[in-house]
This record gives sequence, structure tokens and C-alpha cells, in this order.
Amino acid sequence: MVESIVLSGLAIGCIYALIGITYNVMFSASRVFSFTAGTLGMAGGVLGSLFIAQMGLPFAAGFLLALAGGAGLGIVTEIVAVRPVLKSLDQHLYVLSTLALALMVQQFTAIKWGTDARPFPRLFDLAHGDFDQRFWLPMAACAAVIVGLELLYRRTLIGRAFLAIAEDTYAARALGLPERSLRMTSFALAGVIGALAGFAGGEMLLAFFGNAPMLTFYGFIPVALGGMGNNRGAVVAGLLLGLFQQAANFLVGGIFASVAVFTVFIIVLLIRPEGLVGASLQRRV
Amino acid sequence: MEMPAAQLHLSRAKVLGWMSLSGATLPFLLLLVVGAAFPFFGGSYWSLIATRACVYWVLVSGLNLVVGFAGQIAIGWVALLTLGAYTTSVLVAGNATPPLPPYLALAIAGAVGAAFGLIVGLPALRLRTFYFAITTLGFATIVTQVALAWQSVTGGGVGVAGPIFPEPFSSPTGLYYFCFGLAAICTWMTANVAASRFGRALIAIRDAEVAAEACGIVKAALLTAVFLFSGAVAAVAGGLFAALQSYITPDAFTLDLSVLFFIAILIGGRSSILGPLLGIILLTVLPEFAAPLVAWSTFLYAALLLAIVLAIPGGIAELLDFRNRRPLESDRAIIPRPELLARLLDAPTRLGALTLEQVSLSFGGVHAIDGLDLEIRPSRVHGLIGPNGSGKTTTLNVISGYYAQQRGAVRFGGTTLPVFARERRAHMRIARTFQTPRIVGSASVLQNVMIGGTIDGKGTFVESLLSLPRHRRDEAKLRDTATLALAAVGLERLAAVRADRLQHSELRFIEIARALMLRPAYLLLDEPAAGLSAEEIKRLGAFLLAIAEAGTGVLVVEHHPDLIFDICHHVTVLNLGKKLASGTPAEIRSHREVVNAYLGG
Repeated sequence: MVESIVLSGLAIGCIYALIGITYNVMFSASRVFSFTAGTLGMAGGVLGSLFIAQMGLPFAAGFLLALAGGAGLGIVTEIVAVRPVLKSLDQHLYVLSTLALALMVQQFTAIKWGTDARPFPRLFDLAHGDFDQRFWLPMAACAAVIVGLELLYRRTLIGRAFLAIAEDTYAARALGLPERSLRMTSFALAGVIGALAGFAGGEMLLAFFGNAPMLTFYGFIPVALGGMGNNRGAVVAGLLLGLFQQAANFLVGGIFASVAVFTVFIIVLLIRPEGLVGASLQRRV
Repeated sequence: MEMPAAQLHLSRAKVLGWMSLSGATLPFLLLLVVGAAFPFFGGSYWSLIATRACVYWVLVSGLNLVVGFAGQIAIGWVALLTLGAYTTSVLVAGNATPPLPPYLALAIAGAVGAAFGLIVGLPALRLRTFYFAITTLGFATIVTQVALAWQSVTGGGVGVAGPIFPEPFSSPTGLYYFCFGLAAICTWMTANVAASRFGRALIAIRDAEVAAEACGIVKAALLTAVFLFSGAVAAVAGGLFAALQSYITPDAFTLDLSVLFFIAILIGGRSSILGPLLGIILLTVLPEFAAPLVAWSTFLYAALLLAIVLAIPGGIAELLDFRNRRPLESDRAIIPRPELLARLLDAPTRLGALTLEQVSLSFGGVHAIDGLDLEIRPSRVHGLIGPNGSGKTTTLNVISGYYAQQRGAVRFGGTTLPVFARERRAHMRIARTFQTPRIVGSASVLQNVMIGGTIDGKGTFVESLLSLPRHRRDEAKLRDTATLALAAVGLERLAAVRADRLQHSELRFIEIARALMLRPAYLLLDEPAAGLSAEEIKRLGAFLLAIAEAGTGVLVVEHHPDLIFDICHHVTVLNLGKKLASGTPAEIRSHREVVNAYLGG
């Protein structure tokens, strides 16, 4: 029993962490938190199910197409909901524009795909029982993303350019970095990561339009607790969240588990608004 | 000979104010008449739709204060509708208690809603915008889940019957009039708040939070009142919603509804009552004309939201604001009238000097101020000059409570000023202006100045809601004082104009007028001459001298040596956070180090 709680907790925690990283990648490039983060995860699951189960494409093709769909959605987010409001004096507009886009995608899915959760295809047939693949696929995806991002940021020129933009946009622009295309690439990357989260977690979460708001909420908790833009913090907080949620699920039942998660989240945030890691103070006057 | 002229201006402003008021009430009166007559010509189906619009408006009127006025992005407000609907229905049905009469149940729902409005809302005081938006979203999901799970009380997925209000409100038409009456009362109450010092303070928190703090506006207290009210009316709307639906299940309370409420406010326009009211009518009626598109309604609302955010952030209210499209005179001169200051400042009580003793503050390793002593006296103009980064603005921020000094103290009379308590400075009659004018662009010039006198009101939030006599006296007094302050700085002719249409130099004078509303014992000005023409600087100088003559101590942080040497009684020169020199303008002018370091030979 305990190991199944731990395994499912870690697995779902990895999905939350990946959505948290999706938030972070978009945030680093634009200082914008986008409501589309969870929508990207939902899209990964739905597109995977659509391509593989519905249209019968081979696994690899379905996988790549789902990721490409996520990348496209990320780029659309940047063009439609982020770029037009970045220059605006009222900095809160992005909350509304990304919310609007997220709702549009979610409703479009609800109408075209249906409002019922549909099964996600079983990709391989490797392990069953407690060590079922539906648990370790999200973990593998999470590990791959972390290693991939580390390599990207530390070893490649474009990764360093991402870091430069995240650190100081003005200085990066003054150095001649193509800020706009880097931002767009970041959003495409975020789209891939979000879709991967939904795809890898497909068997656990199913292909369901309602995953969008659920992931938007639970995926933000690792960001809030782990510190904005801090991917390692997001992974740690995501895993803790998954474990806590599954344990609460087992102890008090599903619905009161979400109440417990919500309550703990609010209390922690009220005590430490800047998250468990990291601090930020803004000069206002 | 000057006084009658001033009187004339004041009375004209009053007449103008009254006329614009009646112009603004006209659409509401029309809606009231149409709404009251609606069941006679609307037919039963449309009366049902109209009832729904009224129920929604009861909620949206309160949410409008949160979203439209205070600028808090509360997305999941449907949670309070759910809460109110279930509280009323369950109490009337007697699932958990002995069955209660519907009115009592509705009142209890209102109280529960107020409490939860506060619980959901208060994180806004600590959290950033997006964080707050997410927490309200989370709350909305959880309330629905609890309604689904708590089967013994809520009936779970099967649901529970809604309340039936006793005669004469039991029939559909009766229910319509009940909802319409409540909607009308909510409109009246929120319009009262919008036109009160509380409404202006909310907008100030939204658009110019730092200036609001300097005016003594306490965000926590104000938002507490607003969340209580907004939660209560939302829950009452929930009770009405349950009566209208006659049976409720958790499915009825989707996030789509929340989005509908939210979008109605943004379509309507922020800091407007009429706009969101038209918005909710539009959004309730529109789907009836586009039946094939009903499935797409939320999608279309979201698309509409995106279009509004990107294209017309001002909403319907801005489209309807014809008055502010008339061009302004192009060559307007600001001619202050210092002779009015005597009436405005009414000789502030002499509490002694404002002194800094050995104040130090460093940011990281940089000593912004390093052991600074300073004395500012009543009726004197004190200049603070020095090169960039010498600690002038930092000093001003320590005095006005935005920065906490690490060592030393700021004293006023005999008392030590509390560190960091910026909202308390206004109560001590210490007023300030800002390097970049902090103005509420969407409010009128007069409203901006009235914000400065917020703490002088005596009435409470509830008195403003109900437009009780104390509220009306407060408003009349604030309006008179603000008109006088505007006349004193020479801008009374622009009183009704949106502040963001003004020139930079005019905004500087508006900030001074707003500061004068506090009848300040001390007035701190941060580079008041920046961006002003030579002529305007001269007038500003004379005006500041007149303020000092009326008894106020004036501290000017400035780069323009002309202004400083013309008007100051005493000048302090800072360099690298330390006092380089201090004395009369003549002494400073001949101070060798100052000339070398700063003024130039």
C-alpha cells in the first residue's frame, strides 16, 4: 500500500513539476505567468490519444506530432496573448489575455473532442502492478526534461542566450540578442515540455479537457513554492505536492485531499509569499 | 477683489458637478423604468431571462468593486454563488438543521458569503496578481467538489431543491420583482460607494498604490470592507439563483459562469457601474439570439475577453465617455493663486520641527544615507540638493515611511515617527509628491485631488453604501476643499477632465493640490520642477513660498539651482549620503567644496 502511494505520488508529482517547469520557461523569457501552462498539458494527452488511439498512427509519429502541437500552441500563446501586452503600462493585462486564450483552447477541445475523459493508449507493455509503466513514464519524462534543460542552458549558445534574457532583458537586448525570436523559441520549448507532461501522464490523467484547469492550478503550486523561475525548486516542490496529495487521498479521501492541498498551499504562501526558496524585493518609489 | 472670483468658480464647479450627476443618473432611471414594466410587455420567457440577468447583476455589482475598482483579479467568484445557493437551499430544505424560513436562510447565506468573501479575498493583500487569480480559481474548483462529496447535506450529484419565497414572490413574476428590487438596491449601493471616498481610494490602490499610501489609505481595511460586501451579495445572488433554478446540482456552477461575470465587468469598463451593468445584460441576452452558437458561448466570451484586452481596455464605459473626447484648449497656462492658500491650510498646528538624527540606510554595500542630521522647520522652505545618487530621494522616502532606516530616528515635535508606517504619515499631516507624478489617469482631475483628503472623511463604508447624511456631508466637504485646492494651483478649469489627458507640468501641480488636501504641517516635494518651463518654475517657486508663509514646513529635493536659491531659507547639500554643507543659499553658493563638486565654477 505504502509503495503504491509513494509511486503514484512521485508520478503525479513529476507531472506537476513538468507543468511547473512549463510555467518557468515561459516566465524566464517574458516575465509572464501564462494560464496556458495547464492547457498545454491537457493538449499533450488529448493529441496523443487522438493521433495514436483514434487515427492509428505509430507511437513515434503520434508522440512527435503531439509535441509539435504543444510547440505550436506555445508559439500561438506568445504571439496572441503575450507579445501584444508586454509593452502595456498595465502589467496585469497578461493575466487576462492568457486566461482568455487558455479558455478558448479548453472550450474548443471540449466541443471538438467531447467533455468525457477518453482513454489514453497503452504505449508499451513492459511493467505491471506496482511498477506499472504509467508510474514511471512521467518520472522518465521529468528526468529527461531536467537533464535536457541543464545541458541546453549550460552547454549550448542558445541556452546561454535564454539565461541572459531571463537575467536581464534590457542588457541582453543591448548586447544584440534577438529577444523576440528567443522569446518565441522559449514558448515553443515550454509548449513541448507541457505537451510531454500530458503525454507521459496520459495513462494516469486520461485524455480529458478538464485536465487543463486542474493542471493549471496544481502545476502552479510547484512554481509558487519552489520560487519563480527555479526549476530545481519546482521539481522538489512538485514531488512533495504529489506525495502529499496521494497520502491525503489515501487518508481522508479524494475530495478532502484537494481541500487539504489547497489549504496548505494558501497557508504556506501567506507565510512566505516569495516561496520556500528564494526572495525578491522590489523597489517601488 | 480676488475672493468673489474664487467664489464664482466654486459655485460654477458645483453646478457643473450637479449637471453631470443628473446626466449620469439618466441611464439608470431608464433601466429602472424599463425593468419595472418588463413583465407587462416582455412575456414569460423573456421575464425568466430578465430574472437571470438581475440575479447575475446582484453578484456582479459586488464583484465589480473587487475587479473593476480595486483591480483584484478574482476569477473564481462563482464559488460564492455556489456557497450562497447551497446555504440557502440546504437551510430551507432542512437537510442539516430544522427547516428555516427562506428570508432567514437568505440572510444567513449573506453572512456566510461575507465571511468566505473575506477568506478568499484576503490573500490579495500578500500575493501578487497571478498568485491571487490562481487561488480564487482553486477555491472555485474546491467548493464544487465539496458540494459533490458532502452528500448527506448537499445531495451530492443528485442535488437539492431551491428555496421558494413566500407570497407575493412565489410566482415567476413575483420572483422577478424580488430579484429586480435587490438588483436595483445593489446598483444604488455600489454607485454610492463608487462616488464616495472609498470608491476613489479603491481606484487609487489599483492605479497609484504608492500615492494612495501617502494619502493615508490603508489597503487592508478598505479591501476587507469590499470583500465582505462582495461576498455577501454574491451569496445572496446564489440564494436567488437557487430559487430561479428551483433545483441545483454542482453541475450548475461551472467556471464558465465565473468567466461570464468577470468578462461582463471588463466589457463594461473598469471603475464604472453603468458599463458592467450593460455588460451583464448584454451577455445574458446575447445567447438567446444566437441559439446555434450556445455550445460555443464560453469560447466566444473568452474570444471577446481577448479582443477587449487587446483592443479596448477601457470597455463600454470609455466608449460612452463622450465628454472626454472634446478637445482641450491647447495653450493653457497654470496660474496658481496663492491668496487662496490661507483658507485651505487653516494654519496647521505647530508641532515643532521635523528632525532626522543620525539616520543611516544602506542597500547591500552602498551607503545611501550615512549618519544624516537634518532639521526642517515650520514656515520655512528647506532645500535638499546634491548630485545623482547622493541620497536625496532616499532621505525623503525615509521621512515619508517608504524606507526603514537602519540607524537613527526621525522625530516630529517630541515624538519619534514609526519606521516603515507610510500610511500613518498622512495622519501626522506629512504630505509628499513624487518624482514621476503618481496620478489615477482614468479618474477626473477633481477626483484625483479629492483622493488626497480621504482620511478626513468621518463616515464609514456602510454609511457610504446607504448614502447616509454623514457620507453626503463628507463628500460635499471634500468636493469643496478639492475645488479650492485646484483653484489655488490654478487648474480648476480642468476639474472634470480625465487626468491622463493633461500635460506633465499640470500633473505636477495636481500632485501638489492633492498633497494640500491634508492641510500638511510638512510638505515634501521630490523634484517638483522637473519637466516644467522656466515660467512655470517661477510660479511654482512663488507658490511654494506662499505655502510656507501659511505655516507649512516645505522640503524640496531639486536639481534646479535657480529654484533652490530663489526660494529656500535653508539649503542642505548631500554627497554620497553625507552632508557636504548646510546653510543659507548665499553661504552655499560660495561654499568652495559645493561649487567644485556640484554647482561647477
